[in-house]
Amino acid sequence: MAEIKKKAKTTNPFEIIVEALFNFFENKVYLYAFIALAVGFLIIFPNVSSRFTQEIMTNLFFYVVVCLGLNIIVGYAGLLHLGYAAFFAVGAYTTGILSSRMGMDFWLTIPFSVVAAVIAGLAIGFPTLRLRGDYLAIVTLGFGEITRLTIRNLDITGGAIGLIGIQRPVFFGITLNQISHFYYMFFILAIIAIIVSYRLENSRMGRAWAYIREDEDAAAAMGINVVTTRLYAFIIGSSFGAVGGSFFAAKMTAISPDSFMFIHSVMFLMAVVLGGMGKIPGVVLGSMLVVLIPEVARGIGPYRLLIFGFLLLIIMLYRPQGIWPDKPAISAKE
Amino acid sequence: MALLEIKDLTLRFGGLCAVNALSLEIEEGSIRSLIGPNGAGKTCVFNCMTGFYIPSDGEILFQGQSLRDKKPHYITYLGLARTFQNLRLFKGMSVLENVMSGMHCRTNAAFLTTVLRTKGQKKEEKHIREVAEECLDFVGILDKKDFIASNLPYGDQRKVEWARALATQPKILLLDEPAAGLNKDEKSRLIELMHRIRDERDITIFLIEHDMGLVMKISEKIFVIDYGVKIAEGTAQEVRDNPKVVEAYLGKEEEETA
Repeated sequence: MAEIKKKAKTTNPFEIIVEALFNFFENKVYLYAFIALAVGFLIIFPNVSSRFTQEIMTNLFFYVVVCLGLNIIVGYAGLLHLGYAAFFAVGAYTTGILSSRMGMDFWLTIPFSVVAAVIAGLAIGFPTLRLRGDYLAIVTLGFGEITRLTIRNLDITGGAIGLIGIQRPVFFGITLNQISHFYYMFFILAIIAIIVSYRLENSRMGRAWAYIREDEDAAAAMGINVVTTRLYAFIIGSSFGAVGGSFFAAKMTAISPDSFMFIHSVMFLMAVVLGGMGKIPGVVLGSMLVVLIPEVARGIGPYRLLIFGFLLLIIMLYRPQGIWPDKPAISAKE
Repeated sequence: MALLEIKDLTLRFGGLCAVNALSLEIEEGSIRSLIGPNGAGKTCVFNCMTGFYIPSDGEILFQGQSLRDKKPHYITYLGLARTFQNLRLFKGMSVLENVMSGMHCRTNAAFLTTVLRTKGQKKEEKHIREVAEECLDFVGILDKKDFIASNLPYGDQRKVEWARALATQPKILLLDEPAAGLNKDEKSRLIELMHRIRDERDITIFLIEHDMGLVMKISEKIFVIDYGVKIAEGTAQEVRDNPKVVEAYLGKEEEETA
């Protein structure tokens, strides 16, 4: 069976490249060397690049953090979430309100934003996680819009104008106000997000998510509390988004409801699906595509989004399961 | 006191009565079978016991504790493990990962310990792995632990399911047609395995089976149901000689001759 599958795969040019790369990195030495090189390069990057490029890279790291959070919900737990920008907004606005209206220190606002995300996650997760697939997607979509409209119409959130004057974070006496500061801040955040995701994936909880995704009833029969385990995915994923939102608010110093539109939820989801749901390198790759392609194509002018869309179509045609390959399976006949 | 006691269990789907006032007792350390013609309501009884269906009436007592309104995962935690009539493995995952799922309800690492990779969490992960490997070894497929479950031959997939159920460390094991799809050789090894599960692990076994040869050979006591009603119970010999059982399976004699 596996033999046949492998032969069929080689007809797809996309897969040949990916598979070759995958085989190359089977060797752990190459893999660690590559990671060390990449991290080293990213550390010296701000010294050799323009502020504009740094801005894009910061945005990329930001996407990695938020998309890894969404990946916990969509990829690990298999729950289609169409309103993720709402959790991102909850984090951003919690920090925004506490910082600009009450003058709280940025770092102190992060726990509050996590708590706010947990409460929001529980509020929509608890009644809806018994729903399956499509229904949950509709509820999350509605929740995303409700959150945005609520923010738009409340006084404390500054209505349609939004919030201004969010304080810059101070880190060991340095006020973070340069783009390179934020570059490093989001870089560290992205690395933390990757480590946390990796540890969750390869743990009792990560496996429980996978069991439920594969077969809900069998998972329940094995003693896994389906609702609670899903709720965990929802809360943890939402917290990632909220932390991302807090840092976003600190970087922008001003936020408005327009930063949390449905299109943002879609972009996050697209990065996860393009790269490969439930796979960390896939999500990183997907974030790169979604953030970098429109920037690289900027020179083309007004047609860049058309080309972006066209590229996405091609990727989905050739790799409907996402770009990053699955672990090679061992077949029964060796 | 019996380990498991079912009293007047009734399950209705609208007008249809799938299980009707069924009562039976299962003693600790025994091997019991539930048989009956197709559609007699056997799997419904299992689904009621494991919380997948909520009984319309009656009571299920496990070690004196009622299982009514308990969720499936909690019932597994209490010590009832089951296998499914049609294999329900986690198809895309490795054999070892499949069996590790059984340990979920016996362990408790949560978010913080997982993210921090504390000593306790690492120890627990190791423990989960060891128990899973031991269970795989017990059913005899430890050498296939890294295979993707759906790539295994059917007989081995059955074994994965038993190992997975054993990993939950149950007091009673409910097997829903464990011999379905197995060849003669595999069936005789299944009989041996069931005896080993009972004798070496002190696990009570309750099974549904269509293969009469296997049922007669292994069960110390057999319950026969038809249309959700218990029509006989007793040893293999008693059941075989019971005219009601013969009638349920083969039809009335007079009708045939008439």
